[in-house]
Amino acid sequence: MSDQVLSLNDVTMQFGGVVAVNNLSLEVNKGEIVALIGPNGAGKTTAFNVITGVYAPTNGKVSFQGKPIISNFPQGKMKKLYSGENAGKYTELIRKTPDVITKLGVARTFQNIRLFKNLTVFDNVLIAKHMNIKSNVFSATLRLNHKEEQTMRKESMELLEILGLAHLKDEISSSLPYGQQRKLEIARALATKPSLLLLDEPAAGMNPHETHDLTAFIRMLKDDFHLTVLMIEHHMNLVMEISDRIYVLDFGKLIASGTPADIQSNQRVIDAYLGVADDE
Amino acid sequence: MMKMKKNTKILLSVLILIAAVAALWYLDANKNQYSYAISILQRSAIYAIAAVAMNMLTGFTGLFSLGQAGFMAIGAYTVAILTIPVEMRANVYYINGIADFLANLSLPFWAALILGGVLAALVGFFVGIPVLRLKSDYLAIATLGFSEIIRAIIAAPQLDRITNGSYGLKSIPAFSSVFEAFFIAGICILLMILIINSSYGRAFKAIKEDETAAQAMGINLFKHKSMSFIISCFFTGIAGGLLAVFMRSIDSKTFQIALTYDILLIVVLGGLGSITGSVIGAFLMTAGREWLRFFDNPLMIGGFQVPLFRTGFRMVIFSLILMAVVLYYRKGLFGDKEFTWDRMYNFFIRLRDRIRRKTPEKGDKGNV
Repeated sequence: MSDQVLSLNDVTMQFGGVVAVNNLSLEVNKGEIVALIGPNGAGKTTAFNVITGVYAPTNGKVSFQGKPIISNFPQGKMKKLYSGENAGKYTELIRKTPDVITKLGVARTFQNIRLFKNLTVFDNVLIAKHMNIKSNVFSATLRLNHKEEQTMRKESMELLEILGLAHLKDEISSSLPYGQQRKLEIARALATKPSLLLLDEPAAGMNPHETHDLTAFIRMLKDDFHLTVLMIEHHMNLVMEISDRIYVLDFGKLIASGTPADIQSNQRVIDAYLGVADDE
Repeated sequence: MMKMKKNTKILLSVLILIAAVAALWYLDANKNQYSYAISILQRSAIYAIAAVAMNMLTGFTGLFSLGQAGFMAIGAYTVAILTIPVEMRANVYYINGIADFLANLSLPFWAALILGGVLAALVGFFVGIPVLRLKSDYLAIATLGFSEIIRAIIAAPQLDRITNGSYGLKSIPAFSSVFEAFFIAGICILLMILIINSSYGRAFKAIKEDETAAQAMGINLFKHKSMSFIISCFFTGIAGGLLAVFMRSIDSKTFQIALTYDILLIVVLGGLGSITGSVIGAFLMTAGREWLRFFDNPLMIGGFQVPLFRTGFRMVIFSLILMAVVLYYRKGLFGDKEFTWDRMYNFFIRLRDRIRRKTPEKGDKGNV
């Protein structure tokens, strides 16, 4: 159990009458690359938003490194509306905010790139270093934290160099080509020194060549930064090549999980992706 | 983009600074002759503090607050109540008398000014707890409401013995020298620039750019929003305190919503997210109103009286100019960029090229 980085227990996310994620349980172990796949609208990004504290789940528990970070049960209006399972199993109320979860060591990227568009590449990374600042606003204003600021800048620069973005450091981030923006978003996430990295469709909009490079890139990140990676992805070549294990969601429900080989031969997965013919 | 040498830029900045100090020194030496110009410049400097404070909140943190007048009132009343000379107080509070604890309580100007800022910040802290949960327009409406509440409290008869209610306060000691207002404005604006360029300032900018992403980068939204709001309130309070000293007599009507709009106009005119824009905007706005005074007087040309030239007409012209600026320079004079010598230099280069292209002289091959 000690090497379990992330675990979701019976997580259900219901918006009004719509159940976006239904009774999802999964776990990610230290050093793994795990993929979360499924057709559009299956609830993958919603699951990410629950893990990072953006949404409070309607029911269920999320633990990070063995400690619960989120736990909720249907309350108020949801008590009547709730159509998921395991109601009453969880009684604890824990709701850490996204910034606290980031500080614990969970970093993420976004499906539709959310960079600080009008700021430079360097500032984008530097901002992620702010959360661990020790000096208060007065000493920061009067520049008494010179050393700390220097360290933040040095670390950010090193990160940009490792990711090959150093030569772009003074560019406005929105002026970067798409692939570089994705890379910068990963750099920004890494600047928070995470132990778990959540990648939401890192290969979206990339051509086959770039996607191929991404495989090596993610492996390199995993090894160099001692990361555990959970990613959502649609490019099956990438997913099958890189993942240790795969979870498949369809309409909010987990329909399969296992190694890439298991998933490729799973009839339910094939049905979910290709559809089932009615006349058979 | 052409760039100037670093030394040239420093030299130019130093020259401008020396020229400004020399000009002030000259004005100070001929106080009586130039009292009008001095008062315009002082008001500009005071508005510049308030404008930069508002810009820090709106242009850099993305919080649209319209509470400026209220927080200025807190600073102004603190400074006024604590600096009116003790012997004058019976005269000022001649109707209801002064509260006993205040009768002999007096602070030096500097202490009163800082206390005014601190009180404004304190009120900002408590106001911020409920209102900073709101977004965009709703935040503006809520802060506008709080600003009016502060004004109403100041004018309330229950506080007659402290704020002198609707009678206002007078006999506030004036600035001891012409330099004082500019010196304080300089320090305040410098401090705000330092904050904006610090790590906390970067966090503010991140919040403005994208709240969700900022939070995902470990930035505590509420903490940083309150921080920006409180700092902005502090400097707005300081600006209010200076305004009290500048005007020498204040009442609750001084701090009506129109004052907030003046500051807002300066910020929009200068450009949201540009500190130099706000400073230059403050001087342009305040001076512009005075330059246009000539529209207020009847004008005769060759025995024919030009229509419309009468008292109040300048405000019509002023509004038209503002509309034109907002329509054609939608992002204000500077947008979210700062004034730099490089930009200035390039502006003139472009201007020169354009003029050359339009009027090619004989034998001049132009800049092919």
